[in-house]
Amino acid sequence: MQTIASHKPQFIVLFLILLASGLLNISLGSVAIPLSQTFKALFGEAMENTSWEYIIYSYRLPKAATAILVGGGLSLSGLLMQTLFRNPLAGPFVLGISSGASLGAALLLMGATLLGSILVSDVSLVVAASAGSFLVLLVVVLVANRVRDTMALLIIGLMFGSITAAIVSVLAYFSDAEQLQRFIFWTYGSVGNLSWNQNALLGAVVIVGVALSVLHIKSLNALLLGEQYAQSLGITLKKSRLGIILVTGLLAGSITAFAGPIAFVGLAVPHLTRQIFKTMDHKVLVPAVFLYGAILLLLCDTIAQLPSSAQVLPINAITSIVGAPVVIWLLVRKRKLFF
Amino acid sequence: MQHLISIKDLSVGYKSKAVVEHVNFQLEKGELCGIVGVNGIGKSTLLRTMAKLQSKIAGEICIGTKPLSSFSPLELAKQLSLVLTESIATKNLTVQELIALARQPYTNWLGTLTEGDMEKIEGSIQQFYLGGLKTKKCYELSDGQLQRVLIARAMAQDTPLLFLDEPTTHLDLSNKVQIFTLLRKVAHKHQKTVVFTTHEIDLAIQLCDKILILDGKTNPFAAPCELIEKGSFEHIFPSELVQFDAKTGSFKIKK
Repeated sequence: MQTIASHKPQFIVLFLILLASGLLNISLGSVAIPLSQTFKALFGEAMENTSWEYIIYSYRLPKAATAILVGGGLSLSGLLMQTLFRNPLAGPFVLGISSGASLGAALLLMGATLLGSILVSDVSLVVAASAGSFLVLLVVVLVANRVRDTMALLIIGLMFGSITAAIVSVLAYFSDAEQLQRFIFWTYGSVGNLSWNQNALLGAVVIVGVALSVLHIKSLNALLLGEQYAQSLGITLKKSRLGIILVTGLLAGSITAFAGPIAFVGLAVPHLTRQIFKTMDHKVLVPAVFLYGAILLLLCDTIAQLPSSAQVLPINAITSIVGAPVVIWLLVRKRKLFF
Repeated sequence: MQHLISIKDLSVGYKSKAVVEHVNFQLEKGELCGIVGVNGIGKSTLLRTMAKLQSKIAGEICIGTKPLSSFSPLELAKQLSLVLTESIATKNLTVQELIALARQPYTNWLGTLTEGDMEKIEGSIQQFYLGGLKTKKCYELSDGQLQRVLIARAMAQDTPLLFLDEPTTHLDLSNKVQIFTLLRKVAHKHQKTVVFTTHEIDLAIQLCDKILILDGKTNPFAAPCELIEKGSFEHIFPSELVQFDAKTGSFKIKK
């Protein structure tokens, strides 16, 4: 029987890799800071160079924290969606959550002229994106209560995606170059724009999301057999389904609001995790997927910073370049993508 | 005496359109019952309704003295286990993991298995000769093996009632016989009440204690011998195609 204890070595290794990639992420960037100095900073000692201190405390540490929250949270919601929809291609965005967030962001950034001049700040962007994703989520939850078939729900989510994408492109067509650029930059995703306060807020939401996922571990495991078997094992289907959707919406919605729609992490990480932990037990997978996702996004962000150059690549490009080949490789090697 | 399960004047179907009407029968502890009938007559619909996977249209279903509708999902999970025709959602589970899930109604909020749970799981694995397959993934198993695993899972759920929807479709004759013998053992040796739907009427006649024939009219229910005497099997299929031979208890093609 699979327990956390029997996977202890893997968890220890994963945790050490997380620490290592965190250190790497903090010490590399446009200005390379020696590892010894990074250590000093992390243990609260004075550094040789005060500008390094400033870079680490006000820029790189909050960015690393965001990367951990975003990578872990998105991967976890991907795992929940794959189990709920019995579909290896499901990710946190299948329910139209990211389209909702995009719609919110697009309305603010490109529709602002229509609504009069609203002050477009980072905070209002977060508010607009969350409002968009939660609006879509609300509709999905209402539909979920009426529709018995989970697959129908998946298709409805995709349709919401198409509708919002259409509205966004109409907005884009009528907006000027500067507004369009701001919106495009938002869709590239970024983990570097959060202050410590915003990080704390995102952290609180992610902790709630993880805690609620842990409460659903038993029903997630039952759902591995299918909905009817799960019901015959004493699971109240409607309640569990709604709970799992809400957790995903909470995680994916708030993360997208803060960091933009970050591609591929939610889809790819659960599959990668199942390669190391040869189990389907969510008691093991929930913490493992979170750790793995955090590591992956830290590494992707390190690459996106293009160490020792002043340029920064969009993180979405990196996650897709890393994520897509991995999924292809898994398919070619296994010939079937299991979930 | 109180029956383990009793069905009174039950109608089942979808929305208000009844597929099967006026079903009446009772089963006792340790009885093996087959439900037979032509394709589309509503065997699965009846079984699914009895398992509370869909709602009934009219009539009564009682487990013990309690009506089925008053059971919570968790209470029902301790009374009734299922083997369905729909395949399990992921075949990436090992045989042991799959069987272990059967203990969910008894485990704590996190699904932690106790010593007692482990014993039940191991016992079920041994009874169904699955020792050698324990660590195999479900996608590595043959159809016959997977069916045995699913029955073992239902057994590990440790319920007085066991319902199976067409447990022998897609299996060859030897596997069919093996599954039927297992079901008979489950009913008689372990004193479970087993209800299953099937198209293998010949085999069901030989092995079942009771048979329910869905014919769209009277839906006769009795021991196989009684049903043969009454000639109930003769009207299941169109008589110009197949004929029932009462002496051998089997169907013959009409030439």
